[in-house]
Amino acid sequence: MKKLSARRRHPLAAFVVLLLALAATGGLYATLAPGEAKADNSAQSLAIEEGKRLYDVGCATCHGNGGQGSSDGPSLVGVGAAAVDFQVGTGRMPLQQPGPQAEEKPEVYSQEEIDQLAAYIASLGPGASVPEESLYDPAGGDPAQGGELFRTNCSQCHNFSGQGGALTHGKEAPNLHDVDPRYIYEAMLTGPQNMPSFPNTVLTEEDKQDIIAYLNEVNTSSSAHQGGLSLGGYGPVGEGLFAWVAGIGALVACAVWIGARSTKARKS
Amino acid sequence: MSSHTDEPEPSPHEGEHLPSQRDEHSAVPADDPFANPGLPPHEPRRQDIDEQAAKRSERSVSLLFALSTLATVGFIACYVAIPIDKIVYIWPFGHVSGLNFGLGLTLGLALFCIGAGAIHWARTLMSDEEIVEERHAIQAPPEVKAHVLAEFRKGAAESQIGRRRLLRNSMLGALSVVPLAGLVLLRDLGPLPHEKLRHTRWKKGTLIVNESTAQPLRPEDIVVGSLTQARPDGLDPHDENFANEIAKAAVMLVRLQPEDIKDQRSAEWGHEGILCFSKICTHIGCPATLYEQQTHHALCPCHQSTFDLSDGARVLFGPAGHPLPQLRITVNDDGYLEALGDFEEPPGPSFWERG
Repeated sequence: MKKLSARRRHPLAAFVVLLLALAATGGLYATLAPGEAKADNSAQSLAIEEGKRLYDVGCATCHGNGGQGSSDGPSLVGVGAAAVDFQVGTGRMPLQQPGPQAEEKPEVYSQEEIDQLAAYIASLGPGASVPEESLYDPAGGDPAQGGELFRTNCSQCHNFSGQGGALTHGKEAPNLHDVDPRYIYEAMLTGPQNMPSFPNTVLTEEDKQDIIAYLNEVNTSSSAHQGGLSLGGYGPVGEGLFAWVAGIGALVACAVWIGARSTKARKS
Repeated sequence: MSSHTDEPEPSPHEGEHLPSQRDEHSAVPADDPFANPGLPPHEPRRQDIDEQAAKRSERSVSLLFALSTLATVGFIACYVAIPIDKIVYIWPFGHVSGLNFGLGLTLGLALFCIGAGAIHWARTLMSDEEIVEERHAIQAPPEVKAHVLAEFRKGAAESQIGRRRLLRNSMLGALSVVPLAGLVLLRDLGPLPHEKLRHTRWKKGTLIVNESTAQPLRPEDIVVGSLTQARPDGLDPHDENFANEIAKAAVMLVRLQPEDIKDQRSAEWGHEGILCFSKICTHIGCPATLYEQQTHHALCPCHQSTFDLSDGARVLFGPAGHPLPQLRITVNDDGYLEALGDFEEPPGPSFWERG
């Protein structure tokens, strides 16, 4: 002890103490740090790596090498896995050609590849993750409440029963007929393209599920049909056009028949 | 329905169609260019000269009437036989109620066939001779006029209206005053709105409540690219005058990147890029909330008025006459968004005294 004390003023003493302290901290961290995180990370990082590979081939041209965006495509930092799952899962991305908006088309990537891409994009910044099935299962929602919410928040663009409608300059709000509830949920959460987003602070998770339950009630192949020619469900414009053209057209045809000169013997 | 009969073609066959050569109705000289052409000569139909054709027409008409009878029977059968909740697929209508469809089809057919039978009957079998019925003179004959006038004078004398002045004058007074009742009712077209349209439920310190969750909004609830429908705190949908109040006070909140906001005043009236606009279109008051989050345009679904929310809700297109009014907002000490006052200008459509 005396020896150690005698050397405490040695020029290298401070250096030795620093080394010892660093070794102790490192050792403590190695023993106390959570070990299981390592196993999780390897599967996740593998997906991210695969996703990065897919991204570099299929997406980087427009969205930039690191997802930072370019003049041809927006930044993907912070959009989250849900946005990737929606855009790539519905075939909107990769974009076929520039236009007013990306159209739904057959998807290019398998669900596994989409998950890898989503993992990579999610690693770029915090964002919405792909929802659990229990969140968007229509059976768990209240269709009546969903109808209220749909009319308040969605019907201005998507029409009262989700039939879609026109926007400016060739853009449109698509028809929601038979859209997978997961994609409806992700669209509300992330706000694809010109659609505003409805984060959980604006429409809670239950609200979103109610809206999905409402759409399931009114606008799927399995929803109950009340009969009648729906004419696309576009409301008074389509119905009025039909009434004027078909209804009044039939009346005019009858009137012409009544008023026409009857066939004369001399000309027959 | 051929038109060549109307052309004055002097062929020997058609010669009789020329007005000047018509013997029956040509009471005017041949050189009158405005001669009344009169009626064309009657031409018989096939059914008029051929009994076989007439019989065929009769059978067609009877067939239509028989079809109508069958359709009525079918109507009753549908009513009895088809269960009310039966849904059937019928092209091109899709899935429809079988009962409704059956009843409508049979009754429509029954009525149409009666009408069509009657028309076909009239067109082929009933007489189609053109007849002119002259208008009778408007003026009544002198003896009728004299009789009516005499009756009137007799009545006037018997009523003593000429003799009893008080009676006559009071009656005229009553008759001239009675329309005032209708005139007074016109007051119901008013009163003028005065200040009513200029003030809404928003005032300094009113919390902004999310229309969907009924919770007061905080700035962190509203992310860039989102759209939030909101109403003033204290306005409950069960209130008696809710519809009147929300028609003026409904707002939407959007959040823009602060550098995207072009209008300086608009940015100052918001809070860290959160802007609160009236959602009542300034054209005729539809909710103009078709918000495009990339272009920051808000559309009105009724007449496509387009507002640029990044530029103080300036009108880009459409019939709207004013920008959407913006509500000045801030954050209170508890961290909730609140209004800094009412709208500076009346929200909603223009009105006579808006200025």
